[in-house]
Amino acid sequence: MTREIREIAVVAFAQTGHRRTSEELSEVEMLMPVLHDVLARTGLKAGDIGFTCSGSSDYLAGRAFSFTMALDGVGAWPPISESHVETDGAWALYEAWVKLLTGEAETALVYAYGKTSPGDVREVLTRQLDPYYVAPLWPDSVALAALQARALIDAGLTDERELAAIAARSRTAAAANPHAQLRGATPPGDPLVAPLRTGDCPPIGDGAAAVVLAAGDTARRLCDRPAWIRGLDHRIEAHSLGVRDLTDSPSTRLAAERAGAFELPVDTAELHAPFTSQEVVLRRALKLDLPGAEEVRINPSGGALAANPVMAAGLIRLGEAAARIQRGESDRALAHATSGPCLQQNLVAVLEGDAQ
Amino acid sequence: MTKEPVAVVGIGQTKHVAARRDVSIAGLVREAARRALDDAHLAWADIDAVVIGKAPDFFEGVMMPELYLADALGAVGKPMLRVHTAGSVGGSTALVAANLVAARVHRTVLTLAFEKQSESNAMWGLSLPIPFQQPLLAGAGGFFAPHVRAYMRRTGAPDTIGSLVAYKDRRNALKNPYAHLHEADLTLEKVQASPMLWDPIRYSETCPSSDGACAMVLTDRTGAARAPHPPAWVHGGAMRSEPTLFAGKDFVSPQAGKDCAADVYHQAGITDPRREIDAVEMYVPFSWYEPMWLENLGFADEGEGWKLTESGLTELDGGLPVNPSGGVLSTNPIGASGMIRFAEAALQVRGRAGEHQVDGARRALGHAYGGGAQFFAMWLVGAEPPAR
Repeated sequence: MTREIREIAVVAFAQTGHRRTSEELSEVEMLMPVLHDVLARTGLKAGDIGFTCSGSSDYLAGRAFSFTMALDGVGAWPPISESHVETDGAWALYEAWVKLLTGEAETALVYAYGKTSPGDVREVLTRQLDPYYVAPLWPDSVALAALQARALIDAGLTDERELAAIAARSRTAAAANPHAQLRGATPPGDPLVAPLRTGDCPPIGDGAAAVVLAAGDTARRLCDRPAWIRGLDHRIEAHSLGVRDLTDSPSTRLAAERAGAFELPVDTAELHAPFTSQEVVLRRALKLDLPGAEEVRINPSGGALAANPVMAAGLIRLGEAAARIQRGESDRALAHATSGPCLQQNLVAVLEGDAQ
Repeated sequence: MTKEPVAVVGIGQTKHVAARRDVSIAGLVREAARRALDDAHLAWADIDAVVIGKAPDFFEGVMMPELYLADALGAVGKPMLRVHTAGSVGGSTALVAANLVAARVHRTVLTLAFEKQSESNAMWGLSLPIPFQQPLLAGAGGFFAPHVRAYMRRTGAPDTIGSLVAYKDRRNALKNPYAHLHEADLTLEKVQASPMLWDPIRYSETCPSSDGACAMVLTDRTGAARAPHPPAWVHGGAMRSEPTLFAGKDFVSPQAGKDCAADVYHQAGITDPRREIDAVEMYVPFSWYEPMWLENLGFADEGEGWKLTESGLTELDGGLPVNPSGGVLSTNPIGASGMIRFAEAALQVRGRAGEHQVDGARRALGHAYGGGAQFFAMWLVGAEPPAR
């Protein structure tokens, strides 16, 4: 289908300093400074925004309708055009992008937040699994990621040394990221669920992030170098781990194709890989291991291995990629977000800056 | 840049009941989706994307159940998006799906909303634990009863108006084979004698707790031209939200509801909703919300809504039929209830509502609300393609 795509860009990004615990703050208190920050970067007020969309999870908050408290913080008065997705904020950005594509809005505010510290996040995430056949067994998120890592090692696609190197590279890169939770190289650590060591796993932490999208000339007015969304797509795979090849991510590859990621090389890739082994899967699916791709900077922010506020970590990948374009450190970047066990659902965005 | 017109070409519902113990959650949603595809004469492969909605995940005890439902809804290899905007979610979900077609991102989209409330206790699922809320606020009725009382005080409406709505909607439900409550022997006297639950709301003036799903197939002009049955065309759609509590909030007639309706009417070119709209499916979980929303949506002047109800105007054979399907008062799988309103409005303009068809319906409004009367989603559908 040929169509004229409306020019839409990320024009601002803000995030919390992600922390192991934020027990002295409610979700709203954690989010508010980020909303103020992202709006201040554009000079817009909440009332100027054409569409607002957020991503969060009641299961992390421990109460129904938890997103309504955050909306109170946004200051939805006079009433605003607004929606919410019960998943990572990257999908809230997708919904807002579609809204802007229709021409019904010129700007959008997207935010996401998650506090994983109050509960046992490994146990909480087991509630995502098939409620009849899998969830009753309580396989936790680290155990499932370990199954995936074992499949990769058994297939000869990686080894524990490479996984340790991914962990070290990510946290070393995060030393330059003041928002990251783990900054600077950390030892591989003890085995947590073999073959994964603590160093292969994301830190548990709390955080929030927000992005402002704008269309066409509005984007140019709000930002010196907008990060234009050249393509954006997401795909889901079967839920049952038994019918998936855990060493591959066909949904990531298909989303990347649909987003135009393979049409031109990218210089930066922000991948939402909470576990080192998942970066291996994503690099293969995104052809970042092929000859010629050596120059691509992978997760210069440190990625989810350096800070993993669940429900915000995917949106942060899009924000970090856009921020690099805005700073002139990237001209064409790929950003990826994931949801579900073992990379079940994946989103890929291609962002570009105008010629410098 | 112009938007692609959006058509509803397939609609499917489950028979809503208190407990569907014969099917899993996946079985429930697949049943509605399959019926929507059959209505459109389409197969799973014809669907480009799936947009799914439901209310809080605690109702079934499954976190982000769309992940587990990807297979059942034929979404593997496709985009699948999950919306959650409280009680308005069924409407919001349909609007998000419609935007995918309007923006020409996809051509044919399956949208579905469900709730399987028998998996838990919905009233306590809605009653937030300390420290979020004072402990004596049990269920949605406890939240909304004071606002109903405020409406009665403000307008001087007689105590019996609510019972008229409940009796009408339950009788309409007898003509709708998918409705949950089929109370053939209900009388107005029985409604008025039913136990007081949350003063002034009586037992027979409240919605049931249902298991059910509703699905629609939305498509573009090309898809509509191939459809085997007349489509419903989307003439306008909007969402509006306002905070839960703030000084000056009008719980009786929230500003977000007025703004949302005004936006939809503007898009559809409606200037006199009472005369230009032929049928309304509005979200009435407690009987008194019919007169309250009649005012909020511009069908009646402030303080006059109850008079329209009392006059019989909102009966199935009245001048402005409201909830010909029996409404939320007869069927309430919470996450699906908004989509059922949207789908029933579409059935009316397609002329496919069966026994509860409003004669000659050409334009119909679907309405949903949620949270503390703070989230609104509406669409206006017509039998003809939109003029602009």
